[in-house]
Amino acid sequence: MSFEWPWQYHFPPFFTLQPNVDTRQKQLAAWCSLVLSYCRHHKLYTLDVMEAQESPVFNNKKMERKLSVEAIQVVFEELRKKGNLEWLDKNKTRCLVMWRQPEEWGKLMYQWVSKNGMVNSVFTLYELSNGDDTHGEEFHGLEEWMLLRSLQALQTDGKAEIITMDDGKGVKFF
Amino acid sequence: MDRFSWSNGLLEIDETLVVQQRGVRLYDGDDKVKMELGVALLSTHRLIWRDIKNHECCLSIPLSQIIFFEEQAAGIGKSAKIVIHLHPSSPSKEPGPFQNSKYSYIKLSFKEHGQIEFYRRLTEEMTQKRWETTPVSQPLSSGTGTQVCRKTRAVGIVGIERKIEEKRKETDKNISEAFEDLSKLMVKAKEMVELSRSIATKIKDKQGDITEDETIRFKSYLLSMGIANPVTRETHGSGTRYHMQLAKQLGDMLQAPLEERGGMMALTEVYCLVNRARGMELLSPEDLLNACKMLESMRLPLRLRVFDSGVMVVQLQSHSEEEMIASALDNVSDLNTNYSSSLSILLSSLSFLNYFPRLLLAEKVGHLCRDDSVEGLRFYPNRF
Repeated sequence: MSFEWPWQYHFPPFFTLQPNVDTRQKQLAAWCSLVLSYCRHHKLYTLDVMEAQESPVFNNKKMERKLSVEAIQVVFEELRKKGNLEWLDKNKTRCLVMWRQPEEWGKLMYQWVSKNGMVNSVFTLYELSNGDDTHGEEFHGLEEWMLLRSLQALQTDGKAEIITMDDGKGVKFF
Repeated sequence: MDRFSWSNGLLEIDETLVVQQRGVRLYDGDDKVKMELGVALLSTHRLIWRDIKNHECCLSIPLSQIIFFEEQAAGIGKSAKIVIHLHPSSPSKEPGPFQNSKYSYIKLSFKEHGQIEFYRRLTEEMTQKRWETTPVSQPLSSGTGTQVCRKTRAVGIVGIERKIEEKRKETDKNISEAFEDLSKLMVKAKEMVELSRSIATKIKDKQGDITEDETIRFKSYLLSMGIANPVTRETHGSGTRYHMQLAKQLGDMLQAPLEERGGMMALTEVYCLVNRARGMELLSPEDLLNACKMLESMRLPLRLRVFDSGVMVVQLQSHSEEEMIASALDNVSDLNTNYSSSLSILLSSLSFLNYFPRLLLAEKVGHLCRDDSVEGLRFYPNRF
C-alpha cells in the first residue's frame, strides 16, 4: 500500500513558511500530521535532520519544491511541543518520532496479550517486537526504546512488570 | 604694570628704533615682575620689552603713557634703575599681561648696565615726541595675555584672517543688499496680485458688460504669467480654482481608463495619460498632484491614495478594500487551476506597482498565501 499524500503536498505554498500567523498555524498543523502519518506508514521511529531534507516528505521533487532547513526546524519544534518528537542530541540533529504515544503502544500490546490468553506469561522484549507470533501486529518491529517506554507505561498502570534477565530484559503481563 | 600690552615687537612703518639694552628686568612699582631678564627697546613711539629666552613674550607701552621718569642709582647688590611714572591706561588699550596693578609706575632694572645711554635717549624721545608727528596705526596685538608668555607671533596669518573677515562682511552686506531688492519685488508683486484680483472682482460684478468667457480668459492670462497666487502658493498650494477645475476634468477623463485597469492607476500613469490626451497645455506634476489631492474633498468618484511604501495611486471610489482584495483573489485563482500555472502577476493587466501591495494586503487578511522558491515569489488563494 503506497503512501497517500495529502492535498497540501501538491500545493506549492505548502513549502513556504507563511508569514500570516493564522495561515502559518494551519500550515504547521498540516505538516505535523503529514510527518507523523509518513513515519507511521514507513514505520520510522527516528529522523535525522540532514537526511530529512532529502526525504520525499520535505522534498517534493516532482513539483521542485522543498522545505527549507529553518522551516523543517520549525515543524520539528511544533511536533516537540505536541509531544510527538524528542531530540536525541543537544545539537538537534537526530530525533525520536512518536507517531503513537507509549501509552497507546502499551495498550495495544496488552490487548494482544489478553486476546491470546497469554496473561501471566513472561516474554522477552525480542519476542514481543520481533517474534513470529507478533508478526502482523502493529507493534511488530517496534524499536527497543519505544518498546521499553510503552512497557514502562503499562508498568505504571500495574498491568506489567519489566524483568531483567541474564541476556536482556523481559516483561510479565498481569 | 597694567599699562603694558602684548605686542609682537615689530616696528611699524614710521616707527624707528632708537636704542636697545639687554639685561633689563621689569618691576611693577617696587615689586619684581615674575619674568625673566629681557631686552628693553626704545623706539620713536613705544617702549618695548622682550624676553631674552622666549621671543614671543613681548610687551609694549606707548611713550605717550609716560608722565615722567627718573633715575635710581645703583646700590649694594642692586642695579641701577629707571623709574617711569605712567598715565592710567586708556579704555582702548590692548590686553596685556597684567589686568590691574596697585602701582602707577614701573621700573627698569639694568643688570648689564646701559642705563645712562637709555636714560639719555628716553629723555630725547620724550622731548621730541616724534610719535605725535608721525602717528602709526595701533600695533597689532596678537594672542591673549596669560601669565605664561604665549601668543602667536605670526602677523601674516592674523592679517590674512582679518582680510578674510572683512571680505566676508562685505559679501554679507552685498547679499543683503541684493535681497533687499528682491523683497521689494515681492512687495510689488503682492500689490500687483491684489490689483489683478480687484480687477477680476470688478469685472465679475459688472457681469453685464463683460462676459464670463472674457473673465476666464483674463484669469488664464494671469495664470500663464504665473501669478496665480505666487505669494500664497506655499501656504495654499492646492486650493486654487485652477486645481479644482482640473480635478473635475480628471474625474471625467479617468473614469474609463480606471475601469479598464481594475479601478487603480499609479499617479505616474495618470500623468502620462492626461498629458498625452491634452496635447498642448500640459500639466506639471505639481498641478496634477494638487488636483488629485482635491478629488476627495470635491466628492468626485475618484480619490488619491498613498500606500505605506509611498506609492501614490488614483483609484475609483467604488473600490473599497474588500473589493480590491476580492478582485485580486479572482485574478489569482483564475490562473491557478493547477500548480504548474501561476505567474499571476505577469499575466495580470495591472502593473506590478499597483498589484503587489494589493497582494500583500490580501495575504495579510488571509485570502492569499505565498510560494517562495528559487523560481520566484508567487501568490495562491489560501486553501489552508
